Amino acid sequence: MVTNGFIAPSSLSVKDLPWQVHWSRDRCTLCGRCTAVCPVHAIELAVFRKRAVQPVLGLKEPPSSLFQVFYGIRQKTDPAYACIGCAMCTMVCPNEAIIPVRSDEADKLRYHVNRGGQPRRRGGRRNMPDGVLDRIKFTRISMLTDPALDAGRHEFELRTLLGRILPPEDSLQLLKDEGWIPPVREIYPLIIGGMSFGALSPNMWEGLQMGVAYLNEELGMPVRMCTGEGGCPPRLLRSRFLKYVILQIASGYFGWDEIIHALPEMKEDPCAVEIKYGQGAKPGDGGLLMWYKVNQLIAAIRGVPSGVSLPSPPTHQTMYSIEEAVAKMIQSMSMAWGFRVPVYPKISGTSTALAVLNNLTRNPYAAGLAIDGEDGGTGAAYNVSLDHMGHPIASNLRDCYLNLVKLGKQNELPLFAGGGIGKRGNLAANAAALIMLGASGVQIGKYIMQAAAGCVGSESDRCNVCNIGICPKGITSQDPRLYRRLDPELVAERVVDVFLAFDTEFKKIVAPLGRSTSLPIGMSDALGVDDRNIAERLQIRYVV
Amino acid sequence: MCRLFAVTSQEPQSPMMAIQALDVMREGHDGSGVGLFLSDLGGPFEEFKGAPVLSGIFSNAGLKRLDQFMMNIGFMTKYKLSIKVPKGAPPSGAPRRDIYLIRAYEYPEEWESLSEADIRHRLLMIRLQLRQMGEEEGDMIVFSFWPDVVMIKEIGDPMSVAEYLQLDRRELYARIIMAQGRQNTNYAINLYACHPFFIQGVASMTNGENTAFIPIREFLESRGFPGYMGYQSDSEVFTHILHYTIYRLGLGIEAYKHIITPLQDPDLEKHPNGAFLKQVKHSCRRLIIDGPNCVIGCLPDKSVFMVQDRKKLRPGVVGGKPGLYAFSSEICGLDAAIPDRDKSKDFQPMHLDTAVIGPQRREVTLWSQTDSLPLLH
Repeated sequence: MVTNGFIAPSSLSVKDLPWQVHWSRDRCTLCGRCTAVCPVHAIELAVFRKRAVQPVLGLKEPPSSLFQVFYGIRQKTDPAYACIGCAMCTMVCPNEAIIPVRSDEADKLRYHVNRGGQPRRRGGRRNMPDGVLDRIKFTRISMLTDPALDAGRHEFELRTLLGRILPPEDSLQLLKDEGWIPPVREIYPLIIGGMSFGALSPNMWEGLQMGVAYLNEELGMPVRMCTGEGGCPPRLLRSRFLKYVILQIASGYFGWDEIIHALPEMKEDPCAVEIKYGQGAKPGDGGLLMWYKVNQLIAAIRGVPSGVSLPSPPTHQTMYSIEEAVAKMIQSMSMAWGFRVPVYPKISGTSTALAVLNNLTRNPYAAGLAIDGEDGGTGAAYNVSLDHMGHPIASNLRDCYLNLVKLGKQNELPLFAGGGIGKRGNLAANAAALIMLGASGVQIGKYIMQAAAGCVGSESDRCNVCNIGICPKGITSQDPRLYRRLDPELVAERVVDVFLAFDTEFKKIVAPLGRSTSLPIGMSDALGVDDRNIAERLQIRYVV
Repeated sequence: MCRLFAVTSQEPQSPMMAIQALDVMREGHDGSGVGLFLSDLGGPFEEFKGAPVLSGIFSNAGLKRLDQFMMNIGFMTKYKLSIKVPKGAPPSGAPRRDIYLIRAYEYPEEWESLSEADIRHRLLMIRLQLRQMGEEEGDMIVFSFWPDVVMIKEIGDPMSVAEYLQLDRRELYARIIMAQGRQNTNYAINLYACHPFFIQGVASMTNGENTAFIPIREFLESRGFPGYMGYQSDSEVFTHILHYTIYRLGLGIEAYKHIITPLQDPDLEKHPNGAFLKQVKHSCRRLIIDGPNCVIGCLPDKSVFMVQDRKKLRPGVVGGKPGLYAFSSEICGLDAAIPDRDKSKDFQPMHLDTAVIGPQRREVTLWSQTDSLPLLH
């Protein structure tokens, strides 16, 4: 063994990595499941050599060295194979012999994950655990309400409207004159946001759709789910379940051939059409489905060759300006369904959101605006975009709502907020806070992946390999060997569990505030926060 | 909680009748304030039915400013009732005022050619201007400026205030009296926060708490109508929603309930006017109250009504006999005011009901939200 083994600048020790795999030789049965399941091949079976001095009893023979060989698990230190902390090894180990442990100091890997001049690309989340939403409290308890509302017994109507709502005078006049009144859907305020067929595995998608269908048909909860860009399986397009689906169109137009062709055969209109201009996790970037995930099925639905990366451009390149894009696309999408389907754009949280909103208020066909804040997740993005780009949702949404109030158009153009709702698990509280700040409803993506499918990602850079199709849980993988791990039926059950639990918690928030028959949109007098600056910025109460 | 009492009678009644009913219900309010709305006036004001009546509280300096202002815009005093306060100390909590003024005016000559809508608008603007002047100097509080309407509000126990101001006087007899006991407790004590509220012939008072206040206020304020202002109390929006229903949407009282507490979707689907009501529900969604509230109000045609919130969490009863009916928070209030009525006909509106007594005062009309609406078009 040479004393000065080859050490390059990027030679890292295990200690330099964000995750160290602790393995117990005493407990290991050498079954090999951990190395088989590791999505990034961070561990391998290894042969270890060991010298031991073995003194012999008596004086007949002198003490001697004994060389032993044993087998075990070795963690690779090559940056390309660094452990991502997903803990699938722990999950499959029969003896609890192995577990990844987070380093006790900042890792050095972050300086070396740009090999070949390629900056780090990953899927997932922003990896910042904190946020304003969790600091907001509901401070206006309705003590004058005597008797108080009972979340368990009183009737609640937790519904929101998706679609352009005309001022009462115009609306009633149009009704009288039999004029065109924009379509409006009464839906549940918690929406499953755009995660495409392609970004998600077929099993995950099927599970979500089944869950949504059950919620609607068996439990009477009008839950809606957005497709994301990438089209929709043809059978779904022609089924009655399409009414629970919000079709998304983005700048790559992936899957839209299929949708357009299915139009004459559609039994139901979709719930709505969402035109994606941006997403919170990587504002100003387009979509990207990396080639690892474009298998034959995905290629067929999207109408592209398989095995190639599918980037959507950051803008709708057939349009001259956002004004034109918003006007023309909204109008033509509306027209495609005979002006019976609400069409609205989705943008990333940005300080220019107000400009888009003002533009929409003057467009009679615009049915709403979805804003996705910086904490949104994505299937694939550059690390720098995920971590550093974008606008927090709370103030962005609040600005937009207050702007509508100023124009007298609050809730005429419903605002839907996304990005970081429930990122610390407080789904109902975060959603309620956003609704009281002015959102008509909220969109969730990551939360539903974590809650319904057991996505192991967390807000501390764990896993985050959604982009390369090796999702260890089979949620975002297109490899049948992986997505077979995910049972769609069980995902559907979890979706139902999540929505029912949310419903209960949401009632537990609105009931003490005295609200039950209408969603407390804009009920900002109920909110308080322990930071004077936040309070001032959001125009809510400062409480300590 | 507040206590409400309203009476509508063929014969003019003393305001003390309502005050006494409030006093019987004293366990339900804390005696922190009282508000009175009088309309269809008897007494001397009856002779000036069409003339606008100004009611408010003035300091001596404020009165001079008022006189100057009204003279400048051409209003001449036709009749006045000034309640000069007695020498003794005012009731506990009530500030010492110079004068409670109720004054009937003659319209300026150039108003004669104006349309009804124009007059409505101008009277409102004058009241708002006076209110603003008063808020600047703190020398006048103006409650109403409208034909055949008198309003009196003060802080303190209703009975003590009434006795102090000697409200049992002929000049104040009226056929419609609405009274509320208790000041607004949501925000600071402010006379403008005291029920009943009034705008252009529409008055209402409420007990309970309107938890949807802020979004409704934001919606009303953004309508661009100058009268939708103030909101020192969360209940003022009930009056303004009613005004909006009548004047802006051109709908009647039977639509009011559908606006503030719409039916749920399954019921709407069965309703004979389902399509229309669904449209009302969607476009007026921002005006949905969440209660718990009992609302008693008076319409420009002198009908008096009561509605409940969706959950019916506030008490309210209507009863009486032909010619004399009353709405009350509690039955004991009704018993005190009209003991000789047929109690079996007392009606407590539930969550779908609107109870109305028309200007003829012959019967209580009941509408359920599930009934079809009167002709809309």
